[in-house]
Amino acid sequence: MKKTHIFILLIIAAAVGVIISTMSGASSYVTFAEARLQAAAGNGNKVHVVGTLPRNAEKQPIGLEYDARRDPNFFAFTLVDTLNVAQRVVYHNPAPPDLDKSEQVVIVGAMKDNIFVADQILTKCPSKYVEKDLGKEAPPATAMRN
Amino acid sequence: MNLLIGNIGQASVIVAFVAAAVAAYGYFQAARGRALGEAEGSWLRLARGAFFVHGLAVFAVVGALFNIIASHRYEYYYAWSHSSNHLPAQYMISCFWEGQEGSFLLWIFWHVLIGLGIMKFNRTWEAPVLAVFAAVQAFLVSMILGVVVGGTKVGSSPFILLRDFLTDLPVWKTQPDFVPKDGTGLNALLQNYWMVIHPPTLFLGFALTLVPFAFAIAGLWKKELTSWVKPALPWTSLGGAVLGVGIMMGAYWAYETLNFGGYWNWDPVENAVFIPWLVLIASLHGMMLWQKRRIGLRTSFALVIATFVLVLYATFLTRSGVLGSASVHSFTDLGLSGQLLIYLGFFTVLAVVLLVRRWKEIPISDKELDAYSPELWVFVGATVLCLAAFQVVFTTSIPVYKAFLGFFGIKANLALPADQVTFYTRIQLWSGVLIALLSGIGQVMWWQRNNKESVINAFAPTVMLSLLGTALVVLLLRYFGHTITLPYAVLLAAGLFGLLANFGMLFGLWRRGVTLSGGAVAHVGVALMLLGMLGSSGYSDTISRNVTGQLISQQMSTEENRDNVLLLRNETVPMHGYEVTYTGQYLEAEGVPGYVNTQLLYRTDDEYKAIARGDIKRDDKVYYKTGDTLSIRPENTYYRVNYEDKKSGKAFTLYPRAQVNEEMGGILSSPALQRFVSHDIYSHITSVPDPRKEQPWSPSIPHELSVGDTLFLNDYFAVFRAIEQAHEVPGVKLMPGDIALQADMIISGEKGRQYHAHPIFLLRDRQVGRVPDEVEDLGLRLTLDQIDPVKGKFTVGVSTTAKDYIVLQATEKPFINLLWGGTLLMGLGLGLSVRQRRTAKAKPETAPTKGRAGAARPQAVA
Repeated sequence: MKKTHIFILLIIAAAVGVIISTMSGASSYVTFAEARLQAAAGNGNKVHVVGTLPRNAEKQPIGLEYDARRDPNFFAFTLVDTLNVAQRVVYHNPAPPDLDKSEQVVIVGAMKDNIFVADQILTKCPSKYVEKDLGKEAPPATAMRN
Repeated sequence: MNLLIGNIGQASVIVAFVAAAVAAYGYFQAARGRALGEAEGSWLRLARGAFFVHGLAVFAVVGALFNIIASHRYEYYYAWSHSSNHLPAQYMISCFWEGQEGSFLLWIFWHVLIGLGIMKFNRTWEAPVLAVFAAVQAFLVSMILGVVVGGTKVGSSPFILLRDFLTDLPVWKTQPDFVPKDGTGLNALLQNYWMVIHPPTLFLGFALTLVPFAFAIAGLWKKELTSWVKPALPWTSLGGAVLGVGIMMGAYWAYETLNFGGYWNWDPVENAVFIPWLVLIASLHGMMLWQKRRIGLRTSFALVIATFVLVLYATFLTRSGVLGSASVHSFTDLGLSGQLLIYLGFFTVLAVVLLVRRWKEIPISDKELDAYSPELWVFVGATVLCLAAFQVVFTTSIPVYKAFLGFFGIKANLALPADQVTFYTRIQLWSGVLIALLSGIGQVMWWQRNNKESVINAFAPTVMLSLLGTALVVLLLRYFGHTITLPYAVLLAAGLFGLLANFGMLFGLWRRGVTLSGGAVAHVGVALMLLGMLGSSGYSDTISRNVTGQLISQQMSTEENRDNVLLLRNETVPMHGYEVTYTGQYLEAEGVPGYVNTQLLYRTDDEYKAIARGDIKRDDKVYYKTGDTLSIRPENTYYRVNYEDKKSGKAFTLYPRAQVNEEMGGILSSPALQRFVSHDIYSHITSVPDPRKEQPWSPSIPHELSVGDTLFLNDYFAVFRAIEQAHEVPGVKLMPGDIALQADMIISGEKGRQYHAHPIFLLRDRQVGRVPDEVEDLGLRLTLDQIDPVKGKFTVGVSTTAKDYIVLQATEKPFINLLWGGTLLMGLGLGLSVRQRRTAKAKPETAPTKGRAGAARPQAVA
């Protein structure tokens, strides 16, 4: 019986180790203000920030900067977080294609010298699944052309 | 509008639900209070009948839904949102399970088939096992019921009409019978042959996990605490093989189709399937320990139940919307969270309560295990699998904790790890090491008597060889200028050990004349998979990294990697030993093998039709002549990229794909692969000029020319060779009396390449029409503006646009074939063990014991 008990204790110890390492590896959702504070304190851990793109009257996002001919690895945009703080974000990859349509954007990365450097951009597009305009003057693209 | 088919489908769903509930109750009554195999006759007949009715109803539902998709009945929301007129026939099948409802249906369908298989092959167990089956079916069918009970919607029906789904469209007021002419189409990423076979395989794997669970529950219920293992074991092996291969098919699809740059990204949806598979394999080892060595029965019970509960949990994770933005490809939320939780809760509580009540009665072994018992090492191996699964499930559930706390009004800011691949790799690498070692140790010790001497004899050569092999590889890596970290070196040594030990075992058994051991084959496969992962992920090399010069990188810090390279059309860029050139856009055309250059196609108003501007041929065979009309698939554009190896001079061509997709907001890209034995070159497009915005053309500059003149255009020059009558004008039907003239121009571009351009001047009833011609490669557009017949002068307008380009990312993935090959071996090994379990049973037990006639013969349903 003793051996089994030792074995079970070992498993529990391993499980606790897994929990601790997971918790230390987990990231967090923060605002830009918190991200700045964290960077100022010298903590380079990557964080998640949820925000939206500022848009003009035609609902087009403003402040997107990408010119592949100049630099294919530089995309800059402004994100407004949930507390209405705007922040310039740089992404060293081409612009994600569905960004302009997205309702909400989650960026993962860290602040570096007043710029948020994002490693990942996750977008949530409500229009992806439900076509709202069907049957109006312009039903889905292909249905009208004949 | 065809309402009949939907009504048949909907009625069948209801019949299927009621019949499943009746069957569950009937089987429960038949088995209640009676010993196994002595079910009460009339209840049993009723339940069996109900299960047959249920099966027929499910087939009818499947048939009705398939008819709706295949006949393009867009009055139904499911067809409208998942299919379209131009979808190739084979992908109609993928439409079926693109939606949640269809994938539930697929799962239900497999359960019916497996249930019938059990009825035939495991007759003794029919009543209690199928009671569990039918109950599961009732829950699953309720997910697609789509009925409102007391104000709550139960399930989401695939037969809902478009007008009942999108109720607030203004069109219903004017045209209540409005039927869209076309659907919105299948997600481009799912238009891949793997998406035709991957989901059925995965759901068959899911469905197979129900079998051992149902047997375990039946065993607990009927106090048949030991005899359930034998009939359930082959099903578990089969489940392990099917689910494992299914997961890797998904990985292969992701590798081939998605632009994530790899086969496994530790995305929550991928993890959700991986977790139950790990525990399923652990449970397989537990059951095998009991079957062969009479040890580990309690573990088997716990793991079999855990596997099924984890399948339900995976269903909840991927379908309830709880993952939300945390995953790239979770299903949309259909509002089934509550129902899914009840489903999960019901079977978890049922299983745990039964297990706890019987726990003390489950026999345990009095065998003392020590380091020389193979059973101990198999047991440790199963534990490692479970701990690995625990690490993944604990992390993947982070969004669940957040949602759970949010439910109680606590706002948590916990997020998934920022870099999931690094995070999981750091820990899971060590489970890989342990699994490789234990798979070798357990397998070798299993087949021999063990003491100090025999163990040293058995392992010394293998250990030496694998250490030597590791040293050799490290030296080779150094020689070629790569480095290796300690964890990778350890994984390499462990992988080699696992491979050699299991391979040696296979060879030894073969010499001793023992039949091929399925276990050893599967273990060889696992070791190969681990080595393949080590090579392809650990040494994946982004060959497009940092190849662009300093000129354009001024605006960023130097520490960031620049993984993408800009390729201007027809301009060669050197890239890590390759000369890479992007040479143009191509389309698929019906009846023509490969792809057709867009410069050979004149697009018409019908986007699915084009006119050939020159002969379209392959080698000597002409498929279309100039002026012929072709059917094209306009959605996908293939970008031709030539690679030339600087050293060997060998060249190959890749066609990475990008699809213009309005709904996904721009372009969707899929990679192209060049396969070599030792590595793959993986290329995908990360950006192209926005296809939704037409590139601006410069204002047209007129040039007055005579026939034979040469025109200089920046870097190119054009020769105006002749003026001739045009017999065909693309997009215009010529009528008698029309005068159509075209200029024949030859433009010399880069590398001495020549292009023909034929701008057209059309005169009809004194009205002038001009049809310009473009040379895509050069970004040139020529118009025949004016003709002066008296002086013999012609005015040609020239406008230019910025050069076409693509932004590409290319990666080299070494030894990835070990991963795919290892997967096949693992599946084969598990498959072999299914067969062995069956034949091993048939031989020694020539006289079947009472009522146990039907041995499990799962291949009949597989």
